[in-house]
Amino acid sequence: MTDDRAHHGTVTGQVLSIRVTVNGHVHDVLIEPYLTLIELIRDRLGLTGTKKSCDMQVCGACTVLLNGRPVSACTMLAFEARNAALLTIEGMAQGETLHPIQEAFIEHGGLQCGFCTPGMILAAKALLEETPAPTEEEVKHYMRGNLCRCTGYKRIIESIMVAARRLAQTHNPGALEA
Amino acid sequence: MLQPFVLEEPTSIHEAVALRARYGATAGLYAGGTELLLTMKEGLLRYERLVNIKLIPELAGLALEDGALHIGAITTHRRLERSPVVRTYFSTMAEMAAHVANVRVREVGTLGGNLCFAEPHADPGTLLLVYDASVALAQQGGTRMLALEQFFVGPFEVALADDEILTAIRVPALPAHTAAAYLKYGLLERPSVGVAVAVTARPDQVQEVRIAVGCVGPTPRRLRDVESLLSQKDLPEVRATLDAAGALAGSAADAVTDLHGSAEYKSYLVGVLLRRAFERAYQQAIGGDTGDAARGSGTA
Repeated sequence: MTDDRAHHGTVTGQVLSIRVTVNGHVHDVLIEPYLTLIELIRDRLGLTGTKKSCDMQVCGACTVLLNGRPVSACTMLAFEARNAALLTIEGMAQGETLHPIQEAFIEHGGLQCGFCTPGMILAAKALLEETPAPTEEEVKHYMRGNLCRCTGYKRIIESIMVAARRLAQTHNPGALEA
Repeated sequence: MLQPFVLEEPTSIHEAVALRARYGATAGLYAGGTELLLTMKEGLLRYERLVNIKLIPELAGLALEDGALHIGAITTHRRLERSPVVRTYFSTMAEMAAHVANVRVREVGTLGGNLCFAEPHADPGTLLLVYDASVALAQQGGTRMLALEQFFVGPFEVALADDEILTAIRVPALPAHTAAAYLKYGLLERPSVGVAVAVTARPDQVQEVRIAVGCVGPTPRRLRDVESLLSQKDLPEVRATLDAAGALAGSAADAVTDLHGSAEYKSYLVGVLLRRAFERAYQQAIGGDTGDAARGSGTA
């Protein structure tokens, strides 16, 4: 997979050719080994919904899902997305139809300024894939690495609990809402 | 923005140690990257090469072998947290792993990387010390086993030679009638104080206590002087000695003042957490038939 294309202009001359499926679309990209995932997402692919904030893996604003696992795009090398499915906030809605987690955040005031929201939504998606009917304590534990300076978290937690119930209904339409 | 480096991607231990022998300290080992990349972004560490060891299947094992847990170096914190084997037989470890940093760090960060990086404000090393864990270190000539206690040398410094890689961590099961507990406290992302205790006891009779303290000083360490104060005693005597033991542990922990608190504050907390961890482990040791305290608290 290594390729020495001098015209690509890397200092070391090493360029990696990787294939990554971004929000369902296959991309073949040439990257430097030291490119970070957030640089690939924002600067090369132009997907600016993923936010950079603390740049040290504490705040969660840059959370994206790699094969369904939440990772900090700021502190991950881009080549780690090799042959993987990458989901960013741009991939959550189906056309004009928002994802049930997005709907719940809007209806229940799970955001104010919105800067942390892409990371919150993606972390919540990973949580609900793994634990479809979490307790409030489980939501708090899972989400403790996603910081919000506006809402005070109460409405974010409510939004996720509501989204969990709706998703359960979607998957099992006969079930009664709790 | 990261400084440029060349990426090497060995697919066997054999290839990895050959790269280590060839490039020595100019090549950094990349096992998870959660600590390494932070430091490299700040320009505090710079390598000409990174050796990505995540593609080496031999480093990915996680299994019970001869009464010990074999943990491949690239096992993530998240895998330890969720593994049925770890949750059943080493539940205190699963519980500790579930509270490392945040879920994104746990998904990517590895136990081998954590131990080799030796950031003092970390959880796993402290708990592993009371399990008498050891590490397997491979080089071209072969593999040596080293007690974890000897592996930690100082802050960000371990007994890993420039031509070696850590391939696995071996964690012996606790003896019968023994339970472990790990308690930590901190106000920032990383803990200020971590205390691990393993207690072997029958009702009202304490046979052995193992104690390790981490985060407060340069490295996690066993406190054997404090252990002997509490071992081979009946329970009332142990309880009467806990305050003195806590004070001794606080001073023996070699606390330093940093952003996570003053040395005095940390030394005091060591005593508090030691008393609580002892009680928790003791109750589990006399009550349960499993060898571990602290049941896992997550789902699935």
